This record gives sequence, structure tokens and C-alpha cells, in this order.
Amino acid sequence: MILLRTQNLSAFYGDFQALFGINVDVEQGETVAIIGANGAGKTTFLRTVAGALRSAPDAVVFDAEPIGGKTPHEIVRLGIAMVPEGRRLFPSLSVEENLLIGAHSERRGPWSLKRVYELFPRLRELRHLPATSLSGGQQQMAAIGRALMSNPRLLLCDELSLGLAPIVIRDIYQCLGAIIAEGTTVVLVEQDINRALDASMRFYCFQEGHLALAAPTKNFDRAELTAAYFGMQRR
Amino acid sequence: MQWLNILIQGGLLGGFYALFAIGLSMSFGIMRLVNIAHGDFIVLAAYVGMVAIDATGFDPFMSLIVVIPAMFLFGYALQRGLLNFTLSGGLLPPLLVTFGISVIIENGLQQGFGAYDHRLKEGAIETASLHLPGGIDLGVYPLLVFAVAVLAIGSLQVMFYWTRLGRAFRAVSDDADTAELMGIDNRKLFAVALGIAMVFTGIAGVLFGIRTIFDPAAGPIRLILAFEAVIIGGLGSLWGTLLGGVVLGIAQAVGAALNPNWQILAGHLAFLFILILRPSGLFPRTRD
Repeated sequence: MILLRTQNLSAFYGDFQALFGINVDVEQGETVAIIGANGAGKTTFLRTVAGALRSAPDAVVFDAEPIGGKTPHEIVRLGIAMVPEGRRLFPSLSVEENLLIGAHSERRGPWSLKRVYELFPRLRELRHLPATSLSGGQQQMAAIGRALMSNPRLLLCDELSLGLAPIVIRDIYQCLGAIIAEGTTVVLVEQDINRALDASMRFYCFQEGHLALAAPTKNFDRAELTAAYFGMQRR
Repeated sequence: MQWLNILIQGGLLGGFYALFAIGLSMSFGIMRLVNIAHGDFIVLAAYVGMVAIDATGFDPFMSLIVVIPAMFLFGYALQRGLLNFTLSGGLLPPLLVTFGISVIIENGLQQGFGAYDHRLKEGAIETASLHLPGGIDLGVYPLLVFAVAVLAIGSLQVMFYWTRLGRAFRAVSDDADTAELMGIDNRKLFAVALGIAMVFTGIAGVLFGIRTIFDPAAGPIRLILAFEAVIIGGLGSLWGTLLGGVVLGIAQAVGAALNPNWQILAGHLAFLFILILRPSGLFPRTRD
């Protein structure tokens, strides 16, 4: 079953067009990576799916329902949650309060404070501290936990590895494995290509707002990816 | 002893200014709304109280039963129906729109009630006082107003730090875009916030109407006092706002003791002085 489909999706920042006719399908239960260089439109794509940027109603279809014109909080209620780039935790809230904000959409499901603390035991110890006093990796865990608290069917992860040490990135991706095992569908945006390909089943490569390549991660041509990533052969 | 008396009287007056400022502090803290009509909302609430008293025969304190829900609904509807549309375009649109609302309220009240002075009469409590040793007289009414201000701020703090709604308010205050991405309906939340702010504006309006005469043009001076209390205390901090009101009240009392003509000027000078020393106020909380 196709959980998320974008059809000829375009997005704009004022007069500047950031996405051009993007078609992406994500199957229920799948992990899909979106890769591309800086400015390729990866974050814009996630923000448009999440409703932070406007699009035509039919351009984004979630579980057979057009959601393009909906507001972000309506979309969370339908079951799409975002781990934003740079974590964006609420600085004046404690770790636990940040997690609880994720539960405001009141979606039922497997995730609760208890389950999030089981997944990230360090967060339980730090739960009363201000969110911004945590290390980068701990903040990323809190941001993931906050998104899970809305019990999403689709989790959008923007640059999980950004600014983190390799060993911390490895931990985070291990936890992501546990989340995927729970049946959550995941769309990963990464600049770190190898990390993204390891964690996903299929990938899409964006280039300057266009879809340049779509392929399964098990079986693709490296030269073709290089060309799509760097834009050596514009189609 | 005379100066101690001045400090105490000024401090009590400060509770009044803090009460004026709570609604302004809240709406700036949560939705970055610079509400130029705030003073007129205070005056409007006094008129709502007056109409309720005339219609029901309640005394002014009892009129709060009508004023509080009326102001809540007014605030909710105003934010939902108008002010929410001004918040995406920077600081200027809400400034202009609330300025327009200020003009409309002032002229509407003048049209409806004339330019006359009014007062809400509460009776003996207005002039009652406690005699303390050392020749200090404490007015019961200023004490009551101060207590209401402390209670109001205390209960708002409990709401902000101990309830789900308060948590959402703080999250939206930190980062409204991310809060919405996490599933919070900002527009509805803002409407509730202005509704709650208006509850305290309503209380301030009725207590103001008991203390002094008011007329349709009384709003702007209340706005300036409220602004000064908020800015002295630091944006977004309610206890700071209380302290800002006290600083303002004491400065006015000291000014008045030196020369009765200097009362208002002394308050403004204290405000300017603190603005120079600490541009972000005494206890700033809100960034940006």
C-alpha cells in the first residue's frame, strides 16, 4: 500500500521555486532516503509534506487523502511527524516537557513517555533538565522522541547526523532501526549518502529542485548516482 | 518614616500598574503582539462593568461575573477573527491594526456614552485604611489591588508551569513554527491566550473604574503605564512586570513627594533611566 505519494509537487519561497514537479511514492512500512547536495530541495520537500509550505491539495496524498492544503497541526493529527533539521527543541521547556508537546495531537498508538524512555534511557535521567543543556546527540534523541510521542505512521527525519560525532550517529541510527521495526514508515533526508543508503531500502536523489534519480539501495549504479548528485549530466 | 511611607504607597500603586500590564505582557510574550489598543481594552472593561452594574444592580466587584466572561469572549473572537491574520507579516501589521482598534473603541465609547466622566462606586472600602505604628496609613483598596495583582500573576505562573495549556503557551512562545509542526494549533492557542489576557484586563478595568474617574479617552495613558511596567520588568516575565509596576509606582510617589507636578514625569524618567542601564529590562525572558 502506498502511504505517501507526491504528484507533480512544486514548492515556492515567495517567487523562488524550490521544487519542480516532484513525484515520490513511499510504501507503508518502507524506509526511503532522500539525498542530494546542499540546496537540492530535500528539506523543502519534507517541510511541504509536513504542511509548513503550501502546495496544491492533490500534490501530496497521504493514505489516499489529499493533504496538500492542510496546516501542519492537522497533518500531525493524521499521522505525519517531523524531526526537524537542527532539532529545534523548545529551549524554555525541560526534556520531558518537550516530549509531552509531541503528545498534544492526542494520537493513540504504541509510543508513550515510558516507551520513549525505554528507547533512549539517557533521556529518563535527564528529563528535568532544560532541553538545550543536553549534548547534541541527546538533543537529537529528544527530538526523535518528541516526534514519536504523536504516534506517527510516517516519520520525517531531517539530517539526523548533522553536527554529531560518528559514534553518536551510529547510536542514533541503531535506535532508528528499533523505530522502523515498530512498523513506522520513515523518510530520511541526509547529506551523508552512505549513512542514508545503509538505513534505507530505496532512495531518491534530488538536484536543484528536480528529481534526478530513483533507485533501490541494494542495486544501483554508483556512477549514475554520482552524476545525479553532482549534476554532471543534466537530464 | 515619611520616606518609608512614600515607598510603601508607591509600591502599592505599582500593584495597580502591574495589573494594567498583565494582559499586555502575556500577549507580547506568547504571540509577539504589540497591542496598542490595550489601554482602551482596560477602559472598555470599565464601561462593560458600568453597563452590567446599571442593568443588574450588582456592586462593582460582583460585576466581574459579567465582565470576565465578556472580555474572554471578546479577546478570543478578536484574535481568531482579526489579529491572527496580522501575525505572519512582521511587527508592523498588528501594530497598525491594534492602533485602528484603539481609535474605534475610543470613538465608539464616546458615541455610545458621551465624553463624560464615570466612576464605579464600591462604597466604604474605597476610603478605608489601616493605621500602622509609625504613622503609616495603608489604604485597604490599594492593598486589595496589590493582592489581586500578586494573585493574578501567581495563578498565571501556575498555569504556565503546571498545566498542559501552559506548556503549549511556552512552546509557542519559544518557537511558534516548530510548535505547529509538533501538532499545536497556534491560531486557536493564540485566541485562548488573548481571551485569558483579556480576563486580567477586565479585572484591571473594573478595579481602575473604582479607583479613578474614567472617560472614553482614558486608554492611552493606561497603555503607556502598562508598557513601561512591562519593559522595565523585561519582556515575557510576569514577575518582572510586577516589579516594573512597583518601580514605576515608587518613582511616581517619590517624584510627587518632591513636587506634586513631578509625579508622572518621575515615572517616565525612571523608565528611561532603566532603559538606558538595562535595555532588555530587569528580568528578560523572551528572546528576539
